[in-house]
Amino acid sequence: MSESKRPLPQPTPETKHFWEGTQAGEIRLQKCDDCAKVYFPPRPFCPGCASRNVTIFKASGKAKLHSYVIHHRPAPGFTPPYAIAVVELEEGPRLMTNIVGCPQTPEALPLDMELVPHFEKMNDEITLPLFQPAKG
Amino acid sequence: MLKQNEIAVVGAAETTRLGVIPDMSNIMLHADCAINAMRDAGLKPSDIDGIACAGESPTNMAHYLGLTPKWVDGTAVGGCSFMIHVRHAAAAISAGLCTTVLITHGESGKSQIGLNRAPAGRSSLMGQFEMPYGVYGPPSMFTIPVMRYLKETGTTIEQVANVASIQREWSAQNPRAMMKDKASIDDVLNSRMIAWPFRLFMCCLVTDGGGALILTSAERAKDMPQKPVYIMGTGESVETPMISQMADFTRSRAFRVAGPEAFKAAGIKHADVDHLMIYDAFAHLPIYGLEDLGFVGRGEAGAFIMERNTAPGGKLPMNTNGGGLSYTHTGMYGMFALQESVRQMRGTAPAQVPGAKISVCHGVGGMFAASGTIVFTNEA
Repeated sequence: MSESKRPLPQPTPETKHFWEGTQAGEIRLQKCDDCAKVYFPPRPFCPGCASRNVTIFKASGKAKLHSYVIHHRPAPGFTPPYAIAVVELEEGPRLMTNIVGCPQTPEALPLDMELVPHFEKMNDEITLPLFQPAKG
Repeated sequence: MLKQNEIAVVGAAETTRLGVIPDMSNIMLHADCAINAMRDAGLKPSDIDGIACAGESPTNMAHYLGLTPKWVDGTAVGGCSFMIHVRHAAAAISAGLCTTVLITHGESGKSQIGLNRAPAGRSSLMGQFEMPYGVYGPPSMFTIPVMRYLKETGTTIEQVANVASIQREWSAQNPRAMMKDKASIDDVLNSRMIAWPFRLFMCCLVTDGGGALILTSAERAKDMPQKPVYIMGTGESVETPMISQMADFTRSRAFRVAGPEAFKAAGIKHADVDHLMIYDAFAHLPIYGLEDLGFVGRGEAGAFIMERNTAPGGKLPMNTNGGGLSYTHTGMYGMFALQESVRQMRGTAPAQVPGAKISVCHGVGGMFAASGTIVFTNEA
């Protein structure tokens, strides 16, 4: 992948902690102090009960491959074919990502395979949370 | 709840041409079908006192068409916006807010002339949490949940491909369909790879066109030229703008709210349905729709379609115009599904279902982001 042309995120006040987390090599989630719901994407209130009492915490990083496609058409910053995946974190929330460190083939990407984060620095402000197979 | 059959569709028309229309802008496609629908209903612009549309603002359309509305709805939640407009318009007419509503859709999806689409910004949730990972248009996003669905239900990719194959049997009967050639399951599975496991024929067309509807009270409809098509029941919902955040990759929450709401309002059972439209931007959508609306049990839709229940001659004719996969798909297809339901209820469809009395028209907006369901009948 030639990474430079990817559309990069522009953090907002409500998501800044997440993007600071990836720069520090952490996936930061939020948990409601009132109803214990763990959620993503970031927002300063609980989408389960609307409580503003929420705490940012570091996720374990353990994840499983939930679903994906292997895109065969060109997109800015990507060389096809490449997998666009959704992973399920051990804590419950799911996030979109790319899977690196393995061939971009159905054989190399069985559903529910165990994954760990691979933090890819894009520039001084943005590090993307990619994932790779847990073994190897 | 809205009273059954109190409101009727009295005007319905598509753009004069469909497919590739490089000599018309987006707004003119809205206007072209709006003029056709007014002629169909025997109405003048001064008879219209409500306007709803998506893809252009109601302000744009009222001005362009010379309307003075006292009720407007610019609900724009993707391709099912028009189902939701029908629902809102029926409620507005019932409540006495207006008498006669025009709903327009026009989209220069293929030629891209005068389009008003704004891409998601880099600071939006999609811009931050989906766009950096190489998503590039609906074929790379709407398809993402399917691997999960296949694994959890045992449905095969051949069964998904078969949805496209069956719909070619319908489009072959439709002179206005863009793709009329037969396609076997093998043909579908040998078409160009787009986003594994999705091939070209499992993805919708990209076309230019539009459609418009005119609604008024059933009472007023008695004196109008067309056979009225009554609004029997309606439903709507939204879930999430991000495909990665849908609660369950194997079911649509929006479908499971909108569909049952419409069935309940209409007071019908599944066995009462003679004709079905399920918005097919991609080949898996009729499968999700059949299950989420309760026509079949979980994981049964692939086999149900394979057994030819939804094919010509089957007990539940579905997507009888050929669908978004083979008839036309401008980007927001819902209006074309509604047009086919109205044709079936009027008895004027190219592939007419003999004696059909109840048609269910189910739409999706965005990538499982929104939903709208309309139950039509031709019996008051």
